[in-house]
Formats: sequence, structure tokens, C-alpha cells
Amino acid sequence: MINDNLPVRRRTRMAQQWRAFTDSDLLWLFWRSKSTVVAFTCCLVILLCSVTSHWIAPHNVFDTTTFDLMDSELPPSWMSGGDARFWLGTDVQGRDIFSLMLYGLNISLIIGGISVLLSVMLGVALGVLSGYFGGLVDTLIMRFADAMLSIPTIMFTLLVSGVARVVIPKELMGHFAPAILTGAIALTGWMQYARTVRGLTMLEKGREYVMASRISGATHLHIMLRHIVPNVLRPVLVMATLHLSVAILTEATLSFLGVGMPPDQPSLGTLINEGNQYLFSGQWWIVAFPAALLVILSLSFNMLGDWLLDALNPKLR
Amino acid sequence: MVFFVRKLLQACMLLAGVALLSFILFQYLGDPVASMLPESATEVERAALRTSLGLNDPVIVQFGHYITRLLHGNFGISYYNQVSVFQLIMERLPATLELVFVSVVLAMAIGFPLGVWSAISRNKLLKEGVQILSLIGVSLPWFLTGIILIIVFSIWLGWFPSSGRGETVKIGFWSTGLLTASGWHSIVLPALSLGLSMVTIIMRLIRTEMLEVMKSDYVKFARARGIENYRIWFRHALKNALLPVVTVIGLQIGGLIAFAIVIETVFQWPGMGLLLIQSINFVDVPVLSGYLLFTALIFIVINTLVDLLYYLIDPRMRAQ
Amino acid sequence: MQTASETLLDVRDLSIEFLHRKGNLQAIHHLSLTMQPGEVLGMVGESGAGKSLTGAAISGLLQEPGRIKQGEIWFQGQRIDNLNDNARRQLRGKAISCIFQDPLTSLNPVLTIGQQLTETIRTHLPLTAAEASERAINLLTEVGMSSPAQRMHQYPHQLSGGMRQRVVIALALCVDPQLVIADEPTTALDVSVQAQVLRVLKRLCQQHGTAVMLITHDMGVVAEVCSRVAVLYAGRIVEMGPVAEVIRSPKHPYTRGLINSIPSMRERHAFLAQIDGTMPRLNTLPDGCAFHPRCPNVTEHCQRQQPDMQFKHLSQIACFNPYGETP
Repeated sequence: MINDNLPVRRRTRMAQQWRAFTDSDLLWLFWRSKSTVVAFTCCLVILLCSVTSHWIAPHNVFDTTTFDLMDSELPPSWMSGGDARFWLGTDVQGRDIFSLMLYGLNISLIIGGISVLLSVMLGVALGVLSGYFGGLVDTLIMRFADAMLSIPTIMFTLLVSGVARVVIPKELMGHFAPAILTGAIALTGWMQYARTVRGLTMLEKGREYVMASRISGATHLHIMLRHIVPNVLRPVLVMATLHLSVAILTEATLSFLGVGMPPDQPSLGTLINEGNQYLFSGQWWIVAFPAALLVILSLSFNMLGDWLLDALNPKLR
Repeated sequence: MVFFVRKLLQACMLLAGVALLSFILFQYLGDPVASMLPESATEVERAALRTSLGLNDPVIVQFGHYITRLLHGNFGISYYNQVSVFQLIMERLPATLELVFVSVVLAMAIGFPLGVWSAISRNKLLKEGVQILSLIGVSLPWFLTGIILIIVFSIWLGWFPSSGRGETVKIGFWSTGLLTASGWHSIVLPALSLGLSMVTIIMRLIRTEMLEVMKSDYVKFARARGIENYRIWFRHALKNALLPVVTVIGLQIGGLIAFAIVIETVFQWPGMGLLLIQSINFVDVPVLSGYLLFTALIFIVINTLVDLLYYLIDPRMRAQ
Repeated sequence: MQTASETLLDVRDLSIEFLHRKGNLQAIHHLSLTMQPGEVLGMVGESGAGKSLTGAAISGLLQEPGRIKQGEIWFQGQRIDNLNDNARRQLRGKAISCIFQDPLTSLNPVLTIGQQLTETIRTHLPLTAAEASERAINLLTEVGMSSPAQRMHQYPHQLSGGMRQRVVIALALCVDPQLVIADEPTTALDVSVQAQVLRVLKRLCQQHGTAVMLITHDMGVVAEVCSRVAVLYAGRIVEMGPVAEVIRSPKHPYTRGLINSIPSMRERHAFLAQIDGTMPRLNTLPDGCAFHPRCPNVTEHCQRQQPDMQFKHLSQIACFNPYGETP
């Protein structure tokens, strides 16, 4: 019977898909563009560092007993006055810059990644609903999206931060900061997904296989999940990669302004802010290294996203 | 005519929505009494205010009072500075607006020629270079641009100051830094940092639009009539390419005001942005809600103006 | 010194190719034609036959990736295909002018009619603004525009399709060129307007002594306006001769097929005659004569060799087995 064969069919289907992928133009285009390979490698290395940061960080920057004010403001280890224990130098509290960077990288990636994920989920959901049902639902959702789009990201996230500080007492801010940041950034990013997905949904909705599904009694939800969502994932993936870079930069900016991650749980932005205050007195390393990491991170995701945009765009081929 | 009226109505509705939000912020999330009386006020005065505010009245009535107060210029008193919020904002507004204005001018002065040139030029190496630069431009956070400029031009070269506005001249309520040498000296770096973010956008946009236009039939016909290249680029192509660019610039001004918040922080520029950051740090609710209203007003005014401008530039829109 | 009988345009053995990564595609093969001053030559063929390309090469508007592979173009006794860009540009509008298919997109939407006219005039002639303006108004009157002085200040979107095309004609003729290349000038217009525009074009060209290369896929237009016609197929001229002869007694099988496929009011047929098959694409040209797969007169010789142009009566034919005179 059909059910007996199901596991086998699934396996062969996956094998077919893998083969299709390795044979595909996508992989070939990828190897051809050297800069993209570099960008992708960077992304991988960074992600690897982030995941293993717990083990490779030489110091634990949260344990206040491990650092000492006597060690503060030491330059990188290869310069005079540097200490071999602290490869890239220390900050004003005596914390190791390298470990701080790894931790900050983690925070930046987690907040950026989760906020993009939330944006995608919210945007795809609203977009599919909007495109599928049309009418009043569509108008309401799109008007809302338009209104949100006219507000610049920074302004919205700042105001959300501000309101959060009004509502939440100061002592608890440290706990809630990551969640608030993630939520605020997610709320500013869903609109682009919603719009694109809405267009694609309206296109797919009119296709014959959807109508056939309806006739054979499938529910709206089933159609939306089974037929429409898989088809909109491709452009969403591209947008998400580029959005990740934006989300990371937004969080960094907020932290830099002092309304993001607090100094005891610093993200890359917080570190740059801290270092900025000591720029004039010559301790350039506190700013330079976190800043360089941030730029590399953002650049790599941008390049990857740009390449994906070109590679997955049938019109350009 | 209908066009104007419709736009005006939309603007008013948006404004009303924002007013509602800021009302909620002011009245319910903050302490309205503390927001309106100085700390030195007596208990009697506070009680009197409480009655006059009618804090037990229905929400609509309170909202109505709020709007009336707004229209009289009473935005409350800043917790932190203990001065009228309206006055505070008015003091800071010119600094931000001037900064944004100079940035836009700078961005256009740099972006337009670069954009036109990258559309016309056939030099492949330069094109790649420009593309790389714009990629980096998008990946660099704004505050970093500011910091780098400070490092290069303030610390190493010492050409420009890294903070402050320089001397200002007061004309009525507007204090301008554009009439003094030190004012101009101080505005260069911040305006450059702010403007650079726009340069990439303008450049890309002009390039795309011009390339699009250069492929059009009327350009082909103009070439068929023997019209010189430079005339085609600047009279025919650029004029058509300008339309969407103007709109985008206008819409970007809103974004610029937002980025200005960051730049003002980096350069300690005493504008609205710095005010916002300070008010968030000190949880200064009346300033927050006043800021919300003011910014929304500026945005709405700018968007409406851009719509009008587009209407005026494009003869085809006028026919409708 | 140019005499009236000196050939205006002489295209010798022109070949045009498109540069392509996987190998160059040849679009025009060894095309030769001549035009005398004041004559109206029709260039007929299906889409993709190479009519517009030939026109583009003559006017100097041929762009990458297309380029002239070989051959020469002579105009008024001088070779023009090897001139530099600036010299070519000066010829355009002044000596050789073009008209394109869609009058709406041919006109710049943000400039007035007057601005576009005076600009063209002053590019080629040393006139003052006022003189150029006057000349423009005269031209508009010539093409049959009502209230020309007012039209000068109007924008293209304010005019109808037929009026726009008249403006286009005015623009093409405003500096008195010797040759106008009209690329499907009436295809985008309503049938009723087509006739008007053609009449204007014909009248003006006769008055100014301008030669016209009329590119079209419509034999009817050719019959009405042209004195000679060249039939193109797959990048070659297959038949060229006086209009009356080509239409009355087509000798090349392709031309015969074209003429026969025009519905006639006089005869009654059960089915509309058509030529089987389609014109081959650039990269799938058959060996030998390009038309042989569809040709009723095909022989083995046709499959192996390209026929050259030969004179037959008053026409030139490129065929090994052409038809004779129609009785």
C-alpha cells in the first residue's frame, strides 16, 4: 500500500534533492565568485568562534574575581607594555579585550539572529494572511506596514527602549535588555517580508493546484502551510541574510548610544562606546578591535546576501 | 485640488494618531503631575493641578485637555532639566535641522556627480572600486563613520573640532551656526558623517535611473537626431532621472533625522537627538513624549512637501 | 560636386555580427543595396530578419554587442562606416535621420515639443533661438498640425498618437536630411491614422527631395508609399526591385509566399495561404539557402550552397530556382 512505501520515498526524495543541489548552478556560481567564497568562509569562522567561545575565550569576563584593576588599559601583547596573557589588550576594568569581543560577538549574533527569525515569522505570517484573504484583512495589515515603514528603525527602537525604561525599574533592566532589544528590532523588520510574501501569495493563490486543493476539501491553513509557504521561502532567505547584517548593526548602534546592552553584558556596540571615551587618551585598541570585528561580520553577511540576491534571481540569468 | 485636500487629511489623521500615543505616554506611563510642575511646587499646587487635570475624568476628556494644552505650547516640564519641554526642544531643533540640511547639500554635491559619472563612464576598474566602496558604506555602522572621521581629521590632522557647535548667532528663536566661521568649522565633520550614508544611496539611485533612461526610446531618438552626448546626459537623461531621486531624497530626510541622533551623540552636537538620548537615560517622560510629537510633525510636513514637489516637477502628474 | 544622379547611399557587402561568449552570431550576411536621392525604398521582412539592424548600421546607431564585421557604407560619395563617433553624430539628423516605431516613447516626456524641436535645429544649424523657433513652427505647419504656435509649448502626453508621430516626423526632417530611415513608423498607430501619417511622410519627402528607407513588415504600406522594395530573409536580401514588379510578379519563393498570404478582396479562397514553418533563428541557420526548408522549389543544390544576387528583368533575386514572369 502507499503508506508502506512512504519512508522509502522520503529518503530517495531527499537524496534526489541533495544531488540536485550539488549539481545545480548555485554551487557552480558560488565557487566562481571568489569574494563570495571568502565572505562565506568568514561567516563560518565567525559562527564557529561564537559557538565555541565558551572554550576558546582565555578569560571569563563575567567573573569579577578574574580581573584586576591593576591590569587595566594594557595595550595588545605585541606592543611595549603589553602582557602575554591578554592578546589584544585590556579595557579600563582590566577585562581581556579578546574575551570581551567573543562574548560581544555572541550577544550580537544571538540578538541579531533571533530578531531576524522573529521578523521573518511575523512577516511571513502576516504576508500570507494578507495575500490569501485579501479584502479588509489585506488593507489593515498593509496600512499598518506602511505606517511602520515610515518610521525609521533607529527612532522606533529608541522609543521602545525609552518606554521600556519608564515601565521597567532600573534594577531589572539588565535582565530584560536583550529581550527588549530583540523584540524592538524584530518589530521594525517584518514589513519587507510581509510585502514580498503578500505579492507571492497572491500569485500562488490563483494557481490551479491551489484551486484543486480547495475543491478536494483542504482547509485554508493546510493550503497556506503546504503550498504557499514553501514557495515564498527563497526570496525570504535572501532578504533575511541581508537583514541579519542590518539587525546586527542596529543592535550595535543602540548599544553604542547607551540604550542597548549594558556594560556588564557588553555587545560589540557597547564595547565600541566604552572605547570611544578613551580614544583621545590613546587607548585605541579598546575601540579598534571590536569595531573591526563588527565591520567584518556585517560585511561578510552583506556580501553573502548580495551574492544570493544575484544567484537566486532568475531574471538576471 | 482634490490631491491637496486628500494629502492634508491623511496628514491630520497621522498626527492625531501620534498625539494619542504621546498622550498615553505622558498621562499614564509617566507622572503627569510631576511632568507639569517643578519640583519646588508645593503640595497645595500639586493638589490643585490634580483637580484641574481631571485625572478621574473619562479618557476622552483628558485627551481633549491634553490637545488643548499642546496647542498652547504647553508640553510639560522636563524632569531632569526642570524647564519647559517646548523651550528645550526649540533650543535644540535648529541644531539638528541645520545639521540635516548641510548633510543633504553635501550628500547631493558628492553623490550627484559620482552617480552621473558612474553611469556614463566605461572605466571598469573605477566601477568596481565604486561598487566596493558602496558595499563598505552599507556595512559600516554610522557611528563608526563618525569615529573614523574624528580619528583622521580631528586627532591625526587636527583640522576640525570633534565636538560642539562653535559660536552661534541668534535670530529670533533660531540660533544658527551657519553665520560664523567657527560654526561652519564645527559642522563639517558631523555633516560629512551624516551625509556619507546618503551619498551611497544617491549615487546608486542616480546610476540606476540614468542607466534606465539611457536605454529609453527618446534617448535613442535624440541620438538619432545627432544631439551631442553631454546634452543627452544632462538635459534629457538627468532631468528624467531626477524625478525618482528627488522623492527618495525627500523620504530619506526622515531617516537622516534618525541617523542624526547617532551622529549628535558621537560629536556631542547639541541637537534633538542628543536630547532624546539623555531623556531616555534619565527616563524623562515629558521630553520623550514631546519629542515623539515634534518628530512626527516634522516627518509629516516633509512627506507632504515631497509629494507636492513631485507634483510640481512632473508635468504628467499635473495633467491628472 | 554632387550631381542629381549620384548614388545617395551605397551599402557594399555588409555583414553584422553579435559578440557572444559562446561564439559570435552573424545577423546580416553580405547585404548590398543602393539608394538614389529622393527615392523611397521599402525594407520588408519578418521580425528578426535584420531590417532594423541594417537601418541602425547605416545611421550609426549600432551598439555593442552588435558590430559591423565587414563591408562598407558609402553616403554621398564618402565612406561613413569608419568615421569616428563625433563625425558620425554630426551626420545624424543633418544628413541621415531616423524615425522609430512608438511616437510616445520617442519623445522626452519632460520637455515641450518646442524645446525638442529647437534643440535639434540649433545643434546642426547656426540659428538664434527666435529663428529656430520660427523654423520649428513652420515645420509643424508642414506636417499638418493645427495651431502650431500653441503646440510648441505643449508636452508629448497632451497630444494624440497621430499628432505625436507628426511631431516625430517634423523632428526628423527639421534640418533637411537627405535620407530618412523610418523603422516601422505606423505599426504603433491606429489603422485610420496610419494612412494619414504615411501621406504626410510621403508628401514632405517629395517636397524636400528626401530619400526614405521605409522598414516595415506590412506589404500594404510598401505598395502605397514605396518606389522600390527589398525583401529580407534571415539577414539577407532575397529579392529587390521596383514595387510594381515585385508585387505583381514575385520571383523569389519567399516573396511569392508573402504576397500570396495577403488576403485579397477579389478572390475567394477556402483557407488563408501561409508559408509552412518559421524563419530560423540566428543560431540555427541551415546550410545552403536559409529558406530551403520551407521552399516549394527546393532542390539539392539549394541545400548546399548560398545563392548570390542575380539580375532578372528589373529585379535582383537570390535564388537558384526563381519563378518566371507571372502571366
